Amino acid sequence: MSEAIVSIRNLTKSFPGGVKAVDSVSLDIAQNEFFALLGPSGCGKTTLLRMISGLETPTSGQILIGGEDMAFTPPNKRPTNMVFQSYAVFPHMTVEQNVGYGLKVTGVASDEIKRRVGEALEMVKLTALATRKPDQMSGGQRQRVALARALVKRPKVLLLDEPLSALDAKLRDDMRLELTRLQETVGITFIIVTHDQDEALSMATRIAVMDRGAVQQVATPTELYEHPKNRFVADFIGKVNLIEAKVLRQIGRKIDCEAKGIGRLELPTDGLVGPQVSIAIRPEKLKISRAEPSALIRLQGRVRDVSYYGDSSHVVVHTPNGLDLSVNVQNDTRSGGAGVERGQYVWVHWSPEDSIVLAE
Amino acid sequence: MAAKLKPGQGPLDYGSRTWLKVLFAAIFFMLYAPIITLVAFSFNTDKRGIVWRGFTLDNYVKAWNNESLIEALTNSLVIALIATVFATILGALAALLLWRFRFPAKGAYEGFMALPIVIPEICMGVALLLFFVNSGMMEFFVHMPWPLNLGNIIFAHVTFCFPFVAVVVRSRLVGFNRQLEEASKDLGASEWQTFWSIIVPYMKPGLIAGALLAFTLSLDDFVITFFTSGPETVTFPVKVYSLVRRGVSPEINAASTVLIVITVIATVIAMKLQAPPKADKA
Repeated sequence: MSEAIVSIRNLTKSFPGGVKAVDSVSLDIAQNEFFALLGPSGCGKTTLLRMISGLETPTSGQILIGGEDMAFTPPNKRPTNMVFQSYAVFPHMTVEQNVGYGLKVTGVASDEIKRRVGEALEMVKLTALATRKPDQMSGGQRQRVALARALVKRPKVLLLDEPLSALDAKLRDDMRLELTRLQETVGITFIIVTHDQDEALSMATRIAVMDRGAVQQVATPTELYEHPKNRFVADFIGKVNLIEAKVLRQIGRKIDCEAKGIGRLELPTDGLVGPQVSIAIRPEKLKISRAEPSALIRLQGRVRDVSYYGDSSHVVVHTPNGLDLSVNVQNDTRSGGAGVERGQYVWVHWSPEDSIVLAE
Repeated sequence: MAAKLKPGQGPLDYGSRTWLKVLFAAIFFMLYAPIITLVAFSFNTDKRGIVWRGFTLDNYVKAWNNESLIEALTNSLVIALIATVFATILGALAALLLWRFRFPAKGAYEGFMALPIVIPEICMGVALLLFFVNSGMMEFFVHMPWPLNLGNIIFAHVTFCFPFVAVVVRSRLVGFNRQLEEASKDLGASEWQTFWSIIVPYMKPGLIAGALLAFTLSLDDFVITFFTSGPETVTFPVKVYSLVRRGVSPEINAASTVLIVITVIATVIAMKLQAPPKADKA
């Protein structure tokens, strides 16, 4: 990894009453990264972001920004700027005044303010609305103001707190592309907080998955999805079928196990595992067929439910051994959707290398 | 109760029922007839002011030329202006304190601060009079040159006006998005810059509304002023009261009309500014 712009070392934030919102987190975020903090609500991701911005002080630990420990530096003295969830656009100022505010309070000359505000507005395509007041603008436009206002300061790190959560679905997709484009144009490190895995997977170069104040895994989107480190990550990112299994023996990178509801299986693994594991299989890795397949792992069951989503269908197959398997079927022809109906007996099969063996 | 609704009438459309309309009209008549009469008779030519004889503006001219009446009106306006300035500053600070900080006995303080709003004016008047006399402030101010001789009245007015300002400003601050303050600091502004360029502009409608409220309250206050004024100083409401005891003259009608107009204008502006900001367009 190239040089870290933000280094977080053993950062802890406890609230009165002993609740640890952030528990001994260590992270390195590189120059130019689009980094996402992902997790369910209450996992501490927003508190972590607020500590990076200086709006919250840690209980212990270090926050190095550009190599300097800034854990207790006030927000107005940090080279970070934030895009707030509510946008926090100043209602009594025009778009121009909003964007120029951060330059004005730090004593930048007025002609330079004018030039830089002009550039920033052009970047977010708001030049035409420069003299509007925020209450005459849509949510998406106000978000652009918030973005321009933060970027005009040329921060080392731009922090975004759930930036897309208040937008409607269509706008959210546009904004997602826009943010990626902006990040590439300005070349500033972006740290985004989100609870939406699609957002994180599609935009970020790296993601830290958090749960109960701790980082569970830091990885690229593909790695997170295909090689989750534990049950929480596998379950939180995407959909997954989880099956308990007892390990009988491990020979090198292969395990021989007794899977609940399936029987003896031989599966590849990434590392050493204990006596008890979970096997995770993504629904789209499962195949469904009417006739008995020749695959190594195959189970017969009855279709319990079919949900149609247009591009794909979700089929739930219930096996006589009590397993419920979700299968994702691509509807790649116009005839017949998933091709199965509720109550039918079908075969579900997959190849061993598509199963993920989770030690925890 | 089981009466059927007419077509197009909603179950809560009480406004379309005749008996309610009549009641409504009656109440409005009761409320406004005296005021309308007062204004109308200020244009009356009759000296006694009881029978309508003809239209004239003489009463306004006479009121204007009545030196003691004008002096009283000037006093009232000066008192109201100075009291408003102090009440607004104090009220705004009290509102900020209550909104921003947590401290022991905050609830009790909030209750006590609002006390002048609820306790009877007569009690306030007596209490202030006793305070001024016993502390020697009455003695001190009465012999001062104008307008310092209004000092005790101004003190008294600030006392009962500032809670109104505090209540209005505080209710405005409740709607303040704390993220605006955070955004300001995040963008590099100091505490002081944030206060003046983000918080004060946000409070402004509340400040103006509170100030106008204080101004109107001070301008037409009778009871407290009556108790706290020295023997020489007379304000407009006190003057009108003393004149009315010798019989109503159209001159008083004219002067009162002017005061009504001033008060109404101030109140309308206050109401306009106090109205909640337009809901954000989504």
